Order: sequence, then structure tokens, then C-alpha cells
Amino acid sequence: MTDRTNQEWLAELREPAEGGALSDLRSLLIRGLRHAMSDRPAVAEEDLEDFAQEAVLKVLTGLPSFRWESRFTTWAHKIAVHVAFTELRRRRWQDVSLEEITSAPDSDFIPERFADPAAGPEQLAVQEMVVRTLRQTIARDLTERQRQAMMAVLAGGMSLQETARRMGTNRNALYKVLHDARRRLKTNLLAKGLSAQDILAAFEPRGPE
Amino acid sequence: MKPEPAMLRGLVRGVLSTRQDEIGCDECFEEVDRFVEMTLAGKNAAEAMPLVQDHLQRCRECREEFEALLAVLRGLS
Repeated sequence: MTDRTNQEWLAELREPAEGGALSDLRSLLIRGLRHAMSDRPAVAEEDLEDFAQEAVLKVLTGLPSFRWESRFTTWAHKIAVHVAFTELRRRRWQDVSLEEITSAPDSDFIPERFADPAAGPEQLAVQEMVVRTLRQTIARDLTERQRQAMMAVLAGGMSLQETARRMGTNRNALYKVLHDARRRLKTNLLAKGLSAQDILAAFEPRGPE
Repeated sequence: MKPEPAMLRGLVRGVLSTRQDEIGCDECFEEVDRFVEMTLAGKNAAEAMPLVQDHLQRCRECREEFEALLAVLRGLS
């Protein structure tokens, strides 16, 4: 495989019939994915070929959006990795419904009573305030969508991408939903008069006496 | 699921470190190839692109893809 400059890659991929750039790119992406998936024995060689094939198509349609801020091949590998992980997450979560994760009886993930055995009395008082505030904010101030996303992603450990898909949105938009939820929780926590440092100190394994 | 101190601690840290100017997954994806190349060149990508660094710390999926991309480029070099 010949090394190409960014310009050469772009020129040849725009006119793929003239050279072997397409097939070189596909081979390069497969080799790259082998490194990315080296610790995932469940991913077969034919999976890698499928991922690379899909990535090549995305690269070709995305050529106008290449920003020349990295090597072309880094950009293409980024797309291949994204394609591969998107599919692997879909497979990993395909049998799990959002309802299962967000409506389980003990899915109220902030415990009403939280007792950290390692905490002293002052720490315990702060912890109780935090727990109360978080629970109240989640119940009263967050939207149902924010609450559901927090439940699935933070408590249920579900993939952001797959939670988003089930909620009829995408990963980027769901990140923003969670960001808004965190901002609200932060505002309400800090409204209690303690600094962020004081609050965090109460949750350290060995807090100050 | 049983709530554990570590989970609550993680949640509280995540909440309190929330910034107004966080970027989302799309913007992170746009920038991450440059971030990876800087990292591999031994440059301080976190300092040069603090919002990307912040997002990678918060978003498990973007971090996963960033680490995989690092593995690809290291493996091929």
C-alpha cells in the first residue's frame, strides 16, 4: 500500500475508478479495527470487514466535511471506530428495554436513607442533605425525560447511544438532556449554602474530622 | 440495584463539576482526531483542547472511541 498525502487520498477517492484508493482505504480500516478490537474476541473478522465497508461509504459521503485538521487517515479511522462501536453497543443492549431499566422497583437510584459507615457525624449530616436535595430535585424539578435518561444511563449503566435510540433521539441530544439535569441538580445543591468543596469532602472515603 | 457510596460519590462529583460550556458528543467527535494526533505527538492535548478533555472524562462512549482510535494509530505506527 502506497503512502498518500491528504491531497492524494482526497483526489483519488473523488475519482475512485482511477486508482486503488478505495480498496487501500478499506484494507487500512480493517487493519486499524483489528487493533481497536484486539481485546474483544467476540468480534469476528467478517464483522471488521462489514464495519470497514460501512465506514468507507461514510468516508466517501463525508469527504466534503473533512476539515484538514488531522491526517486524512486519522479522520477515516475515527469514522470506522465510530461505526464499529455503534454496532457493538446496539448488539450489547439489543435485548434490554428502556422500561426494564427505568421502571424496576428499586430503580429509585438515590437511596432515601444513605448511611456511609465510614462517615463521621458532620459528614453524615451533609450526606443526608445532599441525598434529600437530589431526591427532591429529581422528583420535582427534572422533566420526565431527564429523569428517565438519568435512571437509564447513570443508575442502569445503559449505553447513552442505546438509551437515546429508545427515546427517539440521538447520543448528542441525550448528552444535552443529562447536562441540563446536572446543571439543575448542581444549582439546587449549591443553594443549600455549602460550597462544592464542602459537599465533596463529605463524600470522600476518609473525610476531615 | 443497590445504591453504594461510590455510586453516589460519582454522581455528586459529576453534578458539582458540571460546567455551563460543556460540549456535546458531536462536537467532541469533530475534534477528537486532532486531539488524538496531539496526544500521540506528545503534546498537551488536554490543555490545548480543554472542552474535549472535559467531555472525554464525562462521556464513557466518546472516551471508549477515543481510546480505540489511540489503539488504532499506535498499532499501525
